[in-house]
Amino acid sequence: MSETLLRHALALSLALFAVGAVGVLLRRNVITVLMCIELMLNAANLALVAFSRSWAAVDGHVMALFVLTVAASEAAVGLAIVIALQRARDTLDVDAFDELRG
Amino acid sequence: MAETILFYALAITAFSAAFAVVLQKSALGSAFALIVVLCSLSAIYGLLGSPILATLQIVIYAGAVMVLFLFVIMLLDVRREKGGGGPRSFVPLALLFAGLLVLQVGAVLVGSELVPQSAPFDGSAKAFARRLFSQDYVYVFEATSVLIVAALAGALALARRRR
Repeated sequence: MSETLLRHALALSLALFAVGAVGVLLRRNVITVLMCIELMLNAANLALVAFSRSWAAVDGHVMALFVLTVAASEAAVGLAIVIALQRARDTLDVDAFDELRG
Repeated sequence: MAETILFYALAITAFSAAFAVVLQKSALGSAFALIVVLCSLSAIYGLLGSPILATLQIVIYAGAVMVLFLFVIMLLDVRREKGGGGPRSFVPLALLFAGLLVLQVGAVLVGSELVPQSAPFDGSAKAFARRLFSQDYVYVFEATSVLIVAALAGALALARRRR
């Protein structure tokens, strides 16, 4: 794996993260927002794996595994919250859940 | 050479599918696009020398997590939701934010020197497991099991129908 490829892997990670961030900001559907957060977590994972390769140490992979675990827990709890919100408000529009905005 | 071509093909696939996740009108379309992103990333992990993460990515992400998403999408029947809704008032602001993020991190990326170590890299499942269960990470690993139990209990408590 050459340096150029590693650099481009990091660039891909940055691009995926930015696209995910725009999705989180712009989409109205709660489930799509959650999926965009998963996209951002995956971008972070790609950066970890690329750096791990660059350092020739396996620690980045271990970190990526922990990110994977946290992402799975987050998806489970997040989707449970989505179901509870849908029951309470009968909508999935994020703008309907803005009481905490203050 | 084949490695290079494969990497760029996968990168382009992942990037365009990521755009599809954001631009798709329906949540179902976004979910399928996200599955394409996850599978391409899994192959990229393989190229970067980590077969174990490539496998876990498919099994946990494309398998368990996305099935959960699809299950909830089908359960809630989000098709009657007005998908993208009207364009939000801060579209230019969000794009500006993303542009600034890319510029800033990109500048760091271009300016930094990234020297791949010449030491042979062992990303096999064996090396991975040895590191994971070493003194450095074993407590973190145990903590994630507590996290998973907490998430399980939390999800059950949240999604339960109240009387």
